[in-house]
Amino acid sequence: MPDPLLRLSGLEPFVLTKDIPFVNVGERTNVTGSARFRKLITNREYDTALEVARDQVENGAQIIDVNMDEGLIDSKQAMIDFLNLVAAEPDIARVPVMIDSSKWEVIEAGLQCVQGKPVVNSISMKEGEDAFRHQAGLCLSYGAAVVVMAFDEDGQADTFERKTEICARAYKILTEEVGFPPEDIIFDPNVFAVATGIEEHDNYGVDFIEATRWIRQNLPHCHISGGVSNLSFSFRGNDPVREAMHAVFLYHAIKAGMDMGIVNAGQLAVYDQIDAELREACEDVVLNRKPKAGGTATENLLDIAERFRGGAREERVRDLAWREWSVEKRLEHALVNGITEFVDEDTEEARVAADKPLEVIEGPLMAGMNVVGDLFGAGKMFLPQVVKSARVMKQAVALLLPYMEEEKRLNGGGGRDNAGTVLMATVKGDVHDIGKNIVGVVLACNNYEIIDLGVMVPPQKILEVAREKNVDVIGLSGLITPSLDEMVHLASEMEREGFDVPLLIGGATTSKVHTAVKISPQYNRSQVVYVTDASRAVGVVSSLLSNSQRDGYIENIRTEYADLTERHEKAEAAKSRLPLAAARANAPQIDWSDYSVPAPSFTGAKVVEDWDLAEIAAHIDWTPFFQTWELKGVYPRILEDEKYGEAARNLFADAQTMLEKIIGEGWFKPRAVTGFWPANSEGDDIRLFKDDARTEELATLHTLRQQTVKRKARPNMALADFVAPKGTDDWIGGFVVTAGPEEVEIAERFEKAGDDYQAILVKALADRFAEAMAEMLHERARKTYWGYAPDEAYSPEELIREPYRGIRPAPGYPAQPDHTEKLTLFSLLDAEAKTGVKLTESMAMWPGSSVSGIYIGHPDAAYFGVAKVERDQVAEYAQRKGMELEEAERWLAPILNYRPDAAAKVAAE
Amino acid sequence: MHLFDLPKTPAFSDLEQAARDRILILDGAMGTQIQALGFDEEDYRGKGGQPCEHPTDLPQKGNNDLLILTQPRALEDIHYRYAMAGSDIVETNTFSSTTIAQADYGLEAAVHDLNAEGARVVRRALDRATAEDGRPRWVAGAVGPTNRTASMSPDVNDPGYRAVTFDDLRVAYGQQIRGLIEGGSDLILVETIFDTLNAKAALFACFEAFREHGKRLPIMISGTITDASGRTLSGQTPTAFWHSVRHASPFTVGLNCALGAAAMRPHLAELSSVADALICAYPNAGLPNAFGEYDEGPDETAQQVATFAKDGLVNVVGGCCGTTPEHIQAIAEAVAGHAPRVVPTLETADA
Repeated sequence: MPDPLLRLSGLEPFVLTKDIPFVNVGERTNVTGSARFRKLITNREYDTALEVARDQVENGAQIIDVNMDEGLIDSKQAMIDFLNLVAAEPDIARVPVMIDSSKWEVIEAGLQCVQGKPVVNSISMKEGEDAFRHQAGLCLSYGAAVVVMAFDEDGQADTFERKTEICARAYKILTEEVGFPPEDIIFDPNVFAVATGIEEHDNYGVDFIEATRWIRQNLPHCHISGGVSNLSFSFRGNDPVREAMHAVFLYHAIKAGMDMGIVNAGQLAVYDQIDAELREACEDVVLNRKPKAGGTATENLLDIAERFRGGAREERVRDLAWREWSVEKRLEHALVNGITEFVDEDTEEARVAADKPLEVIEGPLMAGMNVVGDLFGAGKMFLPQVVKSARVMKQAVALLLPYMEEEKRLNGGGGRDNAGTVLMATVKGDVHDIGKNIVGVVLACNNYEIIDLGVMVPPQKILEVAREKNVDVIGLSGLITPSLDEMVHLASEMEREGFDVPLLIGGATTSKVHTAVKISPQYNRSQVVYVTDASRAVGVVSSLLSNSQRDGYIENIRTEYADLTERHEKAEAAKSRLPLAAARANAPQIDWSDYSVPAPSFTGAKVVEDWDLAEIAAHIDWTPFFQTWELKGVYPRILEDEKYGEAARNLFADAQTMLEKIIGEGWFKPRAVTGFWPANSEGDDIRLFKDDARTEELATLHTLRQQTVKRKARPNMALADFVAPKGTDDWIGGFVVTAGPEEVEIAERFEKAGDDYQAILVKALADRFAEAMAEMLHERARKTYWGYAPDEAYSPEELIREPYRGIRPAPGYPAQPDHTEKLTLFSLLDAEAKTGVKLTESMAMWPGSSVSGIYIGHPDAAYFGVAKVERDQVAEYAQRKGMELEEAERWLAPILNYRPDAAAKVAAE
Repeated sequence: MHLFDLPKTPAFSDLEQAARDRILILDGAMGTQIQALGFDEEDYRGKGGQPCEHPTDLPQKGNNDLLILTQPRALEDIHYRYAMAGSDIVETNTFSSTTIAQADYGLEAAVHDLNAEGARVVRRALDRATAEDGRPRWVAGAVGPTNRTASMSPDVNDPGYRAVTFDDLRVAYGQQIRGLIEGGSDLILVETIFDTLNAKAALFACFEAFREHGKRLPIMISGTITDASGRTLSGQTPTAFWHSVRHASPFTVGLNCALGAAAMRPHLAELSSVADALICAYPNAGLPNAFGEYDEGPDETAQQVATFAKDGLVNVVGGCCGTTPEHIQAIAEAVAGHAPRVVPTLETADA
């Protein structure tokens, strides 16, 4: 059953999907939280008050909280006036509103002013169940989601028991009596101040976090929110400590399931960057732990709090001679070397000296980035370094932005010109985005504005944003084969809807040939361009957007693609395929008569839990990691490489630093499931049986056979060939491993902090963890679970070369290009329930750092590519799978050696 | 207050069953058909028909809803022709039958009669048609947007001003809906939604009226995307609009008016991909020409609507401005061979 999601709207929709770990509710339009806003409202300075709302939305608030509860004003009228004014400002009204009041009449007045679907904050049982029922029914009739406070006739819930009891009771009333959709319920289990010196308050943090965990586990589909700033009430005046406490609290509460909160995002420390001592002291307070050094957690935090008041950090001793240079040179140095430490003060100095803040960007900052761009273009800087430069640039621009906004406001318009706007997206059904993110950063470094729509973006969304933002270029990324069809579909939609901007294609499964043959012909109004890797992106985009170069450049590409298409068609025509029967007659001849393999130690699926992050890390194959960053070479030699060595060493060092944290702080929660079943081949299929009696069939794994004409005595292989036919006992294994969904959340945290470098790094490492886990699990399967090679002894380095017996092919890869076989594998393993890994509609695994496959144990089993297949096989395969031919052709589109009758139709939506 | 525990009307279940079997057909425009009758002021006031019982000095020509009371036979004929052209669902002629919209004509007092009689006129036409061919048909009580908006100011210098409030609308709509139910409407169609806040007031009024009635009627909700920006007049995207009205658990959600079928398509496709309700579309016959007339012929419109059906985007189709019984017949024939859209699960809706 799909999980119902919280769906809100302003002028635009907001869906709280699994990709959003935490919704930040803007709190600055709340008179109880912001003295400035209170003053503006009391003085009826509505224009400025609207600016406050606008700022929040521009700074990324996904929902804005509006609260007018102030004794000196008519709260109801202020709510009506302000919401009506907000409705007239499309750039504010695009996000949903949270109507916040302790008075029901104010809430109801607010509900009558918004056309979108808002959130009511809050209702509770403090006046009894009847009033609660009545108000909840009205919220439903007005079409609002609702925050429910853990509050009843006896007061606000403070302990775990009270919080959970009240929330459970409220949930039952809402879902069973009022008919409230559970996904529209947001519980607020009350954040209270800790470290107050009163012993009864010490466990409040734990009570909230544990109640959150309990509610998310026991009250399906609901959400958890809270006002975080209450927590640190006793440290008023010491912002660094408050920020650290909030960050630590959120870190744990979010892990427990808190997915929404009223937080001032600008005043939140990044968990990983909090001083270790302060972090530990905060953690002791929040989690009610006894400090290692003795004493109480509160005393301990009070003791060290003063030291952090100014937020001063200790200086490391190092060569700071460059600090004596001119400010332009210092900025350039910081950009080229990726040093963020002094960028604020240098930028400020440059700003004060300049006539306009914009001149700092267009002057020294762009000059510095041009140096970076030149070095990158000349192959003297590499991706990881460029991404770090981008981080410096972002920080500098962030400092200048408020001044530029102010200036813009005063001048009534005019702003920074960028080189062009590029929309980037990973297509519908696909979750992979490392490459896309890198390209985005590189383009941003070259003064392009990037609109990154993230992953799994439906085509209508891409087109809608492209139209709305008037983008100059659209870039699509995809890693799995069904994404190719999505790209073809999007290209045809762009043609149909009259777009005329270039479309860039990139990502692991894409290719120049596919782009030329399949995508480009769909879209003639402008040009589709295949981009090999991030280092080419800038050249491609600048040529496409240059008035003088564009026509010639496109002309060249068209000629190239036409040639390519022609050659491809000739080559395809020349490549004769064998009829399926002939291919089968040329199957590998394995003598099964005296084959025997031990029975696995268990039948069925089993969760593997004992993962040790350090041990996994030791199994990482680093070569692909460097490839992700476009550093080409084999590890460890690449570290000494003349060209890439320095960049590789620095990247590797950063990776090791992060690895230590991943291991030490348990960032990832690896999960895996594996299983074994008695199996025999039957033709090109593999039948799996319930037990060793082999009478009751459990499932069938279908395989595809090579149909290429082979030279000499080479056979036409199918995976089924390596499984014994009936009469000989054989088994098949299966597995799904994942580094866990945590990477998504961690990467997002880095992104929010403007640190794309660490965001990409953590994703790249999570991928490596999953691959290493797959390798380790396979080893265990061979040695223990299945146990056909109990004495095998290879080192991690040797394992990378796969010297062992047996294979672990994955559906969607060359030996079995049909992604839908994952469905069988996942259902055999009950993989989603056991590991949390889900299949998207395109059969991509989410989270992206996951690996699946089947185990085949025969010594002759080898990896191969099925390559292109003919209609006779696809028709028979579809029949065997019980699939319509058209559907099979759609999934196998990239390997069809013919044009399907009905041109591969992608359902329009 | 809400509908959660109310039983559905029998017609509700019949409609649900019919919608499972096939794409249902709605009727087409009333305006064009009424214009063709060439009525003058005296006709509007009931010459040759029934004189209006609600005296007013204001001119009534153009107050099409009034014909329900003054020229019921002429309206019944139009409804009958749509029924025989293939419409399963026929709308009442009550687009402006609220106190708010009738204020321009000074006919606030006639509102209850307009709605109750409006439903009865359609019922009679449908009963005649059903007596001939035995096919069941349903009366849709039409609820229009009124001529005021609750989330926009008519005064550019005072963006916080509102010419109508949610409560004004709730009361006016409530009166209309009670009349429509009394006259025998099988369902309520909240249509041509320019401003979602108006529609939310109409939905709220539905809940109140159904609660009094003791039964729950099907609600059809139809928004209007005004131009190529892909937004409603009040600025919402189709998906945002859906999120705003989903709490009504509507029988259908969809789009009508303002655009022809071709221009409506991408917005309809978006709605179809996110909404876990049946989808209804009744576009205009293309765009109006320089004279405000619609040139698109029946086959042209039908062909485009047929692509909605072919691509699995719709469950109910019909026509809005400029469409005629001939358009509806062509549409009914063109979609006959196509299966109704399958309502997506929420998961596919988000991917």
